[in-house]
Amino acid sequence: MKKILGSLMVLAMVFAMVSCGGNSSNGGREAQELSGAGATFPLPFYNVVFEQFAQVNGDAVAYGGIGSGGGVRNMRDKIVDFAGSDAYLSDKEMANMDPVIHIPTCMGAVVLAYNLDGVANLNLSGEVIAEIFAGEIKMWNDSRLVELNPGVNLPAEEIIPVFRSEGSGTTFVFTDYLSKVSGMWASKFGTGKSVNFPAGQAAKGNPGVAGVISQTRNSIGYLGSEYAFAQKIPYAKLRNANGEMVEPTAASISAAASGEIPADTRTSIVNSTAPGAYPIATFTWMIIYKEQNYSNRSREQAVATLDMLGYILSDDAQSITSQVHYAPLPHKAKELSLNNLKSVTYNGEAILQ
Amino acid sequence: MNDKVYKALLLLTALFMPVICGGVVYALVTDAYDAFEHFGFFRFLTSSEWSYTQGAEKYGALPFITGTLMTTLLALIFCIPFSLPVALFVGEYFKGTRLAAVLGTVTDLLAGIPSIIYGLWGFYTLRPIIMALDISPQGSGVLTASLVLAIMIVPYAASLSAEFIKMVPNDLKEGAYSLGATRAEVVKSVIFPVAGSGIFSSYVLAIGRALGETMTVTMLIGNTNNIPDSITSTGNSMASIIANQFGEADDLRLSSLIAIGLVLFMITAVINMAGKMMIKRARI
Repeated sequence: MKKILGSLMVLAMVFAMVSCGGNSSNGGREAQELSGAGATFPLPFYNVVFEQFAQVNGDAVAYGGIGSGGGVRNMRDKIVDFAGSDAYLSDKEMANMDPVIHIPTCMGAVVLAYNLDGVANLNLSGEVIAEIFAGEIKMWNDSRLVELNPGVNLPAEEIIPVFRSEGSGTTFVFTDYLSKVSGMWASKFGTGKSVNFPAGQAAKGNPGVAGVISQTRNSIGYLGSEYAFAQKIPYAKLRNANGEMVEPTAASISAAASGEIPADTRTSIVNSTAPGAYPIATFTWMIIYKEQNYSNRSREQAVATLDMLGYILSDDAQSITSQVHYAPLPHKAKELSLNNLKSVTYNGEAILQ
Repeated sequence: MNDKVYKALLLLTALFMPVICGGVVYALVTDAYDAFEHFGFFRFLTSSEWSYTQGAEKYGALPFITGTLMTTLLALIFCIPFSLPVALFVGEYFKGTRLAAVLGTVTDLLAGIPSIIYGLWGFYTLRPIIMALDISPQGSGVLTASLVLAIMIVPYAASLSAEFIKMVPNDLKEGAYSLGATRAEVVKSVIFPVAGSGIFSSYVLAIGRALGETMTVTMLIGNTNNIPDSITSTGNSMASIIANQFGEADDLRLSSLIAIGLVLFMITAVINMAGKMMIKRARI
């Protein structure tokens, strides 16, 4: 037994060495280990990207899907190289920490996934979603739902809303949308990473919510789109600001970002007025410190961090987005981000020339 | 000389534990201080609001204290009909037989199963049953969590009770038999009165285990921050709210979570001490 274990370990080390050596694109520096934490929403995309990045650049990236709130907190405690977040930091949050920059990595949709016997297509509008999660619409055969879904046989069953139990960027995007389309939601619950949902039940992380929905009849919940795709949970079409019923696709998500993007890329693209736009779309960001010398990080680690972000912005990585049901960044966002990366320093000196 | 060194070493290592325990209490109290100062100790314990709104944050522990006490009490009630028969089987009826040894070992094995496994079983097996039986529409809730907790604490209650039942002196039992008592009567009038406080204390220790159980409860209780209005509705226990929200909490919310931790620590300590005192009194 010991022998087998030993030889397995040797084998693993050989693999590790092979994958570290033999690459040239990292400019000859030693391979680094980067660690980040945060949003679970883009996790399926990051898993693929980090694996490819390790192959082309040799740097290993470990990412913990602990929720956007946790990622930002780890960032503030300076124990990670980068944080993943679906919610950009508010001015107040940014004032409380050293200067950071936001780099969008991809775009995604928050879908309304549901579990209803015999209902393959469901149409929803923002107001109706707000009423469901506020506990005002309690039954699936409520007249407001029937009106949106003519000809669909909605059961006379109680609706079970499912939401996130921890601070979550997905919750932020979702409640940001509800606050924009429903005055009732804005005044009663508002926008935030944690909101006091009055009805239903909660689960931890996007995977947790997906698990509960797929296991619970008559439930509905909000999810990063990839989680609904992967577990084959049906999701609703939503009515956008133009009154069109839209499905979340790479095209309809991209359409949501066709407007102006500010220089720091901190912008909300929910309830977009662009034609064909899916209404609950968002950028997801990686957040890094402008000054990379903190917590005894080496310059090489800082360079590796920028390499990683540069790789994510590259066409190679962006082309992966639609394979895992996200959408690539618009050209403008990439341009702004490459520019923002130039402002990153190590001991006050710009890293990228 | 050697003996003295040995004694000193022992003393040092023995002192280590109280120091660690004191350190834990100290850390909990200092970090929870903010929450108690901001809300007041008793208001914190009796307020049922848990609201994140920036600038108007309000945190109260009542929903979670209720959730913990409800799940624990229910788990205890569900656990008795399973653990007491096992204890009687192993400690009296089939005492010393191979069958009893097997049953005892299997029950003890239950204690070694990681709580995440219980959680998964509850989520994928028990929850659908609860839904299919129309007990609650969403399946998760206080009842589901308590049922799984009950199974988890059976080995703690059963093994210790069996030990106390075994310790009932034979001459007492023989006396009863010679007066013509049946076995059931012996159990009722000799074993329970003699081993009673021991059995009671083993349940108190099992409660201590149920109070702090985190993973299983988090997976099954539904994680909503309200006082459960029935045993089938969702809620949150003290341990599960900490597990859910610790990762991203800061400032006042973090302090409130640690305050909940402190309260949980105190409740568990009191119950464990009560159990220990009972065992001392139970010396037969």
